[in-house]
Amino acid sequence: MATMTEEKPGTKGDALKGVSPEIALELLQDMLLYRRFEEKAEEAYAIGKIGGFCHLHIGQEGAAAGSLKPLRVDDWAISAYREHTQAIAKGIAPNAVMAELFGRATGCSGGKGGSMHLFDASVNFMGGHGIVGAQCALASGMGWTAHYNETDQVCICFMGDAAVNQGAFHEAMNLTAIWNLPVIYVVENNDYGMGTAFSRVSKTEMKMKSAAHGVPAHVVNGQDVLETYAFFTDLVQKVREGAGPQFVDLKTYRFKGHSMSDPVSGTYRSKEEVDGKIEGSDPIAMLRVVLESEGLLDESRLNEMDAEARRIAQEAFDFADESPLPDPDALYRDVYAEINPNGRLFFDAHERPGFAQ
Amino acid sequence: MAVMTYREALNEALDEELARDPSVFLMGEEVAEYDGAYKVSKGLLDKYGPKRIVDSPISELGFTGLGVGSAMTGLRPVIEFMTFNFSFLAIDQVINSAAKTLYMSNGQIGCPIVFRGPTGAALQLSSQHSQACETWYVHAPGVKLVVPGTPADAKGLLKAAIRDDDPVAFMEGELLYNVKGEVPEDDDFVIPLGVADIKREGDDVTILTHGKMIHVALQAAQKLEKDGVNAEVVDLRSLRPLDVDTILESVKKTNRAIYLEEGWSYVGVGAQISSIVQEEAFDYLDAPILRVTQADVPMPYAKNLEQIAKPGVKHVIEAVNQVLYR
Repeated sequence: MATMTEEKPGTKGDALKGVSPEIALELLQDMLLYRRFEEKAEEAYAIGKIGGFCHLHIGQEGAAAGSLKPLRVDDWAISAYREHTQAIAKGIAPNAVMAELFGRATGCSGGKGGSMHLFDASVNFMGGHGIVGAQCALASGMGWTAHYNETDQVCICFMGDAAVNQGAFHEAMNLTAIWNLPVIYVVENNDYGMGTAFSRVSKTEMKMKSAAHGVPAHVVNGQDVLETYAFFTDLVQKVREGAGPQFVDLKTYRFKGHSMSDPVSGTYRSKEEVDGKIEGSDPIAMLRVVLESEGLLDESRLNEMDAEARRIAQEAFDFADESPLPDPDALYRDVYAEINPNGRLFFDAHERPGFAQ
Repeated sequence: MAVMTYREALNEALDEELARDPSVFLMGEEVAEYDGAYKVSKGLLDKYGPKRIVDSPISELGFTGLGVGSAMTGLRPVIEFMTFNFSFLAIDQVINSAAKTLYMSNGQIGCPIVFRGPTGAALQLSSQHSQACETWYVHAPGVKLVVPGTPADAKGLLKAAIRDDDPVAFMEGELLYNVKGEVPEDDDFVIPLGVADIKREGDDVTILTHGKMIHVALQAAQKLEKDGVNAEVVDLRSLRPLDVDTILESVKKTNRAIYLEEGWSYVGVGAQISSIVQEEAFDYLDAPILRVTQADVPMPYAKNLEQIAKPGVKHVIEAVNQVLYR
């Protein structure tokens, strides 16, 4: 099978790229929420409400909104650790995501996962994963489950651009290809793996990375949410109908640092570069221009939508802040699904007879 | 009782569990058309077809991760490593994904999966194919570890491992596959995890061990008997969950113990067991617990060097004599 790069969908002159006005406005509302949510997380981190690592998705909202909206609730999404907004896009309540960032019992992972490990089995959001590329292999397993059970579920697996240099990516892609599994591997290609430019760590272009495995590659502008949504609507359907694995180079840009400890610019990328991207390829601003020119949006409507996004983000902050910490008993809970009636499973001091817990 | 090899016992366990639960499948290198590198899966492809008996590419990380992902979404995979030596390519998927997802997801997403294959040395396979891998896996909370040494234990414990709702590393041995033994003919013979088995009763000294080494321990015990020493051989069978009660009962009876294992000594299984015994039965001990292990070197190829490096009957007898102050 030859690897190909497909043309972008949509026709010239169709400003909405085949997306209905209702969906286009929903995408704007979604992205506004993701932006305000992450700004709220940034604020919470700054005042010590959120600990550990915290990787913001600001600038990449179009990639999450456009790719995940076409999925059904029983489709799976799995990601790396820059996944707050993807989790919301797949259907986890913003309150539960923020509470998880705060490490609270009401968080979607009970406060035990944190920013990098958001899970919700009820909407098949199968986790943020912290080892670069490792989730690619897990995704092939989800595709295997669909194949094994003969369902038409699809799995979307997100990764950053650095993941394609990991063995896990290539092994997973090969397995998924030989068994024609319904997995869409999506590189949220923001040009930098932490502080290392992709061009410094790869001799070949991103779209070549699936070629050796016979997996079709597609290049999509993730800053253009309409293009992204239209593309994924089509692709998800094709994969659902048996097209097999796909590889998407979803071009995007991170407006903030790699994590909260990383400056926005100044070391590995220039202020001019970052400012230029924010000026020229903000997915929210780009959609706004289209909607306004189509007469679907005016300033007051935008303000209303933004106010709604801010309200939800603030509510999530308040909910998280008021939520209880996990019960200390949760420490030993869910290490094992099955506590065998015989034998000892834990070996720290609390298991020792006579040791007061 | 039926007499069969360890290999046949594993095959029967797989066959019965595949028949019992349609979500169980076997995946690994050469498991299907080749009948298994060690013929453990012989005949299963014909019976269950290529969707349930799956030949994978040589891609340990990939198919291990695939297994974990499928377990996270409702299947019950049995992933075969041709040997656990090769599992090091895949250990991230076991430790970081299989063992932690249930915890990180607050109990929402479990991972019922078995990783199985031989551990330890066979004969002259040299450094990279002769490692006892128990310590790597038993170290991490979230993983269970089973190490059967006889055909009956292999069958009963593999069935239990496949039914267990957690990731289970199930370690066999190349040199065990041809070992014959009696296996109960029950329709559904399952041995619960976490129950040690006293392979030989005695009251002078306890030889604690697991897996393939039970046979070395039993040989040593036979020789010791001629010398007037009655050794008890305790086969732990699973290292997590660990049957601490049986270990302590035996030590309280004999007051002396050694740990015999195939792996290296430093932070080995015996180190953990010794620690538990001294913490919880110190007053019963009449001698320090000694450990008999592989030499603390990579396994050499040359026949004579390999023989010296492996823990053998002679080393066990020496250690027993030391704890008996003879």
